[in-house]
Amino acid sequence: MSSFLPPSERNWWSTPVGKQEVIWIGIALVWCLIMFLMMPYWHIYGKQNLSNEAYQTTPERFQSRVDEMVTQYKVGEQAGIPIVKPPAGSDVYMLGRLWQWYPILELEKDQSYRLHLSSMDWNHGFSLQPVNINLQIIPGYEMVITVAPDKAGEFTVVCNEFCGIGHHLMLGKIFVREN
Amino acid sequence: MAQFRVCPDSGFYFDKSAESLMKANAVAGAVSLLIAGILALGVILTRWQEIHLLPADVFYQALTGHGINALIFWIIFFEMAILYFASSTLLRTRLAAPRWAWAGFALMIIGMVMNNIAVLQGNSSVMMTSYAPMQAEPHFYLGLILFAVGALIGCFVFLGTLVIAKDDRTYEGSIPLVTFGALTACIIAIFTIACGAIILVPTFLWSIGYIGHIDAAMYRVIWWGLGHSSQQINVAAHVSVWYLIVGVLFNARPMSEKVSRSAFLLYILFLQLASAHHILVDPGISSEWKVFNTSYAMYLAVLASMIHGLTVPGSMEVAQRAKGLTKGMFEWLRKAPWGNPVFSGFFFSLLIFGFLGGITGVVMGTEQINIIIHNTIYVPAHFHATVAVGTTLTFMALTYLLIPVLFRRALFLPWVAKWQPYVFSAGMTLMILFMLGAGTLGVSRRHWDMDFTGAMLGFEYPGTAYTMMTVAGIGGVLGVLGGAMYLVVTVGSLLFGKKLDASAGLFQGFGVPLAASVYNVSQPERLPMAPKLAVEEHGSAGFEAPGTFALAMALLICFVVYYFINWDYLASVWPLS
Repeated sequence: MSSFLPPSERNWWSTPVGKQEVIWIGIALVWCLIMFLMMPYWHIYGKQNLSNEAYQTTPERFQSRVDEMVTQYKVGEQAGIPIVKPPAGSDVYMLGRLWQWYPILELEKDQSYRLHLSSMDWNHGFSLQPVNINLQIIPGYEMVITVAPDKAGEFTVVCNEFCGIGHHLMLGKIFVREN
Repeated sequence: MAQFRVCPDSGFYFDKSAESLMKANAVAGAVSLLIAGILALGVILTRWQEIHLLPADVFYQALTGHGINALIFWIIFFEMAILYFASSTLLRTRLAAPRWAWAGFALMIIGMVMNNIAVLQGNSSVMMTSYAPMQAEPHFYLGLILFAVGALIGCFVFLGTLVIAKDDRTYEGSIPLVTFGALTACIIAIFTIACGAIILVPTFLWSIGYIGHIDAAMYRVIWWGLGHSSQQINVAAHVSVWYLIVGVLFNARPMSEKVSRSAFLLYILFLQLASAHHILVDPGISSEWKVFNTSYAMYLAVLASMIHGLTVPGSMEVAQRAKGLTKGMFEWLRKAPWGNPVFSGFFFSLLIFGFLGGITGVVMGTEQINIIIHNTIYVPAHFHATVAVGTTLTFMALTYLLIPVLFRRALFLPWVAKWQPYVFSAGMTLMILFMLGAGTLGVSRRHWDMDFTGAMLGFEYPGTAYTMMTVAGIGGVLGVLGGAMYLVVTVGSLLFGKKLDASAGLFQGFGVPLAASVYNVSQPERLPMAPKLAVEEHGSAGFEAPGTFALAMALLICFVVYYFINWDYLASVWPLS
């Protein structure tokens, strides 16, 4: 009975540690180091990394950027939401608000875009399906990531951060077309 | 003058006031678990899409209440009982400032009731995380603050009790390992509550109009200092309980005091920084910061858990081998008391915490891999493995030990108790595995309707995702059944369990001490150091615990394979930079 009694050796620090524990700690430590190195490795050689680019913004400022893009590049409408086709390589904007992603984007396959994301009100979750890319969208912050869609098709943005009673209604679309 | 009683079965000493406090906290915890369990049933039956039980508003309300009652109230009440046990009982000393401890308990009860009322009223369905700028009623935050203050008082009572024990020289040498682990939990708790105060007090002031604006990103960073660190209290607490249980059941001693204590120290030094892994896909936080805080900080804490994962079952194996169970690799484990819920509960929680909770936690806490996991139902799957099975099942196992020792009652319906850890573990494992799968397919957490009924733009998840959520639902219902079995045994034992000797009389409900004549020892003798054992070689190949080592290697292989599978999956998504 000793794990809940004071240790039998007063100087327990200098009691030798068993071989088995030493080996296990060594293996576990090496594994922890490998896991650490994987992250910088992926920053250098991997293709899926988030940028560190973000700005403080206000809903009004972000909204006006979005509106500017919509008037300039609108090509259609679906369910009352404008479909926007900005040129390849440009800055594209999408905002989250209760309970909608706005606008619908039309992108070209294998082209890269600087995607700006922000929220007009509460936290939202940008969850691109079925690719399964998930980002946290926070009001007052504008996140910029460079995306390069490598498959054509229809993609859906599900909101996956709880945002009130209409949370499940909050869907957006990104269409990726072959060029 | 403090009065003690000795438990005739276990030899544990109980200070009268500490004993009442332990009972009161344990009972309050069980009440919270009852609320959490009822709400869990509502949540799981709604996410089971074919049943889809609750309307949206009630679902979010139930989910908020379930999270807070299960993750905060049940666990922290129970941890208060553990702190008092690990200090007063294990060190055979009187409890410091019992009146303060009662005041703390009263605050916790008031806070819990206030918060539950706020959620029940319906205008505070903001989830446990209550991310600003989504706003709850002021008493939602105030309840949490009062609860935290009460818990903080409990932490200081624990520390004060350690000081009294040292001054009174109630023990020889160092404090026992279990108390050391509880001290770890206490220190992390103080850090956690400080973070909670920094963010919840301004949020409360904001909710009553004194502060105009709470920055949403700052809220997330600081809130997770509370939100994740509070889970580290649980880890430290339940690992301590694991050591206690192997000590009580097998007379096991730590394989090495130095290794186990150093591992606890790693928790204190590095765990609380690990809250960074909740904000890996947030804007405005640099990759360097994320990599530093998830790896340097987190992986040393992971190392600590991997160490405990070896030394806890290892110490049990060494003790079992010393008793002659030396055949093969696993006789020590085969011939363990599998029918005793204290053992089976402990061992299942160890396995599921390590294999499911630990591995998934590290994988999703990797900076880039988090992109394919953040806010999917994979996340609750992970923390149900760590908290609902790791911590909760450990506390359940401890309860079966405490009912005779602390409450002096025989177990009510012992066959139900015997099967309870099996039912609960099987149900939770099923739920966890299939929620992990559904999360990998992109199913969102905290989401009322995966059909998106009524949305202007539609979307359909693959059929497999629906199947997985259904199986998860079946597992969840089974888990709730296991929880109900626990409460039936616990409540039944307190009300109808056969009274055991030495307390012959007066258990009258929680907080009421036993008959005065029971407390016949006023100053227990000094706690001697553990007896020295002759060192004998029972293992093979120079290993003291070869079976445990094999289990640990199995864990490592699963870990490595699963880790790289996830990198592979990440590599298949759209390039991002």
